[in-house]
Amino acid sequence: MKATYLQAINLALHEEMRRDPNVFVMGEDVAVLGGAFKVTEGLLEAFGEDRVIDTPIAESLIVGAAVGAAVLGMRPVVEMQFGDFISCAFDQIVNMAATLCYRHGGHASCPLVIRAPSGAGVHGALFHSQNPEAWFTRVPGLKVVAPATAYDAKGLLKSAIRDGNPVVYFEHKRFYRSVSEDLPEGDFTVPIGVARRRREGGDLSIITYGGTLHQALDAALIAEQQDGLSVEVIDLRTLLPLDREAILAAARATGKVLVVHEDRLTGGIGGEVAALIAEHAFDYLDAPVRRVAALDTHNAFSPPLEEHILPGTDKIVQAIRSLAAC
Amino acid sequence: MALERTRHVAERTLLTMDEAGLSDFYRLMLLIRQFEERVAEMYSRGKITGFCHLYAGEEAVAVGAIRALYDKDYVISTYREHGHCLAKGVSPRTVMAELFGKATGVSGGRGGSMHLFDAGLRFMGGYAIVGGGLPLAVGLGLSIVYKEEPEVVCCFFGDGALPQGAFHESLNLASLWKLPVVFICENNFYGMGTMVQHAICREELYKFAESYKMPGVRVDGMDVLEVHGAALEAVARAREGDGPSLIEAVTYRYRGHSMSDPAEYRPRREERIWLERDPIKSLRRRMLNEKRGDENRLLELEKEVAAVIDDAVAFAEQSPEPPLSELTKHVYVD
Repeated sequence: MKATYLQAINLALHEEMRRDPNVFVMGEDVAVLGGAFKVTEGLLEAFGEDRVIDTPIAESLIVGAAVGAAVLGMRPVVEMQFGDFISCAFDQIVNMAATLCYRHGGHASCPLVIRAPSGAGVHGALFHSQNPEAWFTRVPGLKVVAPATAYDAKGLLKSAIRDGNPVVYFEHKRFYRSVSEDLPEGDFTVPIGVARRRREGGDLSIITYGGTLHQALDAALIAEQQDGLSVEVIDLRTLLPLDREAILAAARATGKVLVVHEDRLTGGIGGEVAALIAEHAFDYLDAPVRRVAALDTHNAFSPPLEEHILPGTDKIVQAIRSLAAC
Repeated sequence: MALERTRHVAERTLLTMDEAGLSDFYRLMLLIRQFEERVAEMYSRGKITGFCHLYAGEEAVAVGAIRALYDKDYVISTYREHGHCLAKGVSPRTVMAELFGKATGVSGGRGGSMHLFDAGLRFMGGYAIVGGGLPLAVGLGLSIVYKEEPEVVCCFFGDGALPQGAFHESLNLASLWKLPVVFICENNFYGMGTMVQHAICREELYKFAESYKMPGVRVDGMDVLEVHGAALEAVARAREGDGPSLIEAVTYRYRGHSMSDPAEYRPRREERIWLERDPIKSLRRRMLNEKRGDENRLLELEKEVAAVIDDAVAFAEQSPEPPLSELTKHVYVD
């Protein structure tokens, strides 16, 4: 069955709510309106107002209340209407949810999913375009995922809902209706913490995730067609915990690694990936690890400015050529 | 200071309680006081380290309120939570061991003084972010309503939490959804070193309840019976599905904000006035004056409590440190 990225998320929510009566959905305009992006459309009709709950605009409270419910065995899936608003809930996520199990010596857990529509390229300007994943990937106790395909969107959301830990689930809003594929019927999951090779290649490896996966694949195809380069593309899918083995295996296999992400360069996941490779696969490298990421500035509204800030296919192709020439 | 109505509540509460009930209040308040005094001693001897906030002076609030609950009801608290934790029935041994950072502590030494927790006894934790526990209380209430359970949540916080957005977000939603939560503000007049009138635009904190369409009442937090009477009403209301209440318990912490705070911002005269209103001595005096207690029995209780505290300290001292091999255990659920 063909499904868009958005439909895949919606399907996962329907199926998990049918499977487990403790799963419920809560957030701003998620019930009557079906969500700002219509991701939760149809849930209210299917599961009723006890399980599909509109809240006030109060992100800290939404996450905090979800933590309280999770401690008592519920499985809340909360939505930050835009991932940018997750900063309002930062304390509840990093201090309350992430530390809960540890703080209580393993006597309690916090099975919670925070869905955060994130990403740029839709002219959303400064507060509706951010990729805030790196704020969370250095917080023990959290898991962080960023699916880039409809299959992963569905499979990772199901895994997140069934996980016993708090999971921050970054869904890229540009993909909602632009990315789709045939999904297998019935129940399937995608394991958290496992990367996936999207394209085989022997000359160099691109390691990417989320918003730049499809651009990286396009760039790899262009490099093959125009330059005869064979480019491997690894999709991290999970950002915490990182799939270290997949990262190091790519570095060892091709000796040239280009890390690409839509988040800003400084302090982004790319730095961690590069450090892992430098520490554990340095001897295999034929060139320094390179990064292509958003510029270290705010996300401007102006379409030409935004395009300049973001990575994009052309920049990735240039970086592939430059790295291949090393 | 206390409203006329709550004075009546205290009198009525006294009349409805038997001697065993009053002795229980006395014993529990004394247990908390002696526990805290020993914690201070252990802290000054270097046995307990870190940030440690004592509850001495405020015992009537925890005891009066938590004794209005059934065992299956929930309590959620702050970083000044030793008293609430003990009143909810957590063993002084495991609380003291946690303060010592030992493997036998309630959280295996991972949380320390500010993060006590016991899911089995439904003590849902101390939270070391001011106001941080209030949204969780809303979530506990939501879960109770969803599962159609009869329990009530008692949520403690200090006056310092009122200016936090979390207070207002939580009271609004708890009222809108008629959640079974009793919000108890322990107004001890100082948010760390800042007087309440320098932090909050109104002095009568219970009046914030009006904004959130719930009953609000101010009680004398040095009078366990007055707290208890008000808590019984609020708990009954919550259990009947009529929604949350706000109780402001006016009280005083005998020590500074934490063990490292000598409280020099407080006039000594002010401290003396409050010490004279000590909730434990007051109850003892009242029980004897009104012939609702026997002096010998009270002396016996005092000895029993002292032995329990000695035992808790010995247990903590003899307990092992958490092994380094378990350093990262419980970061994630297995």
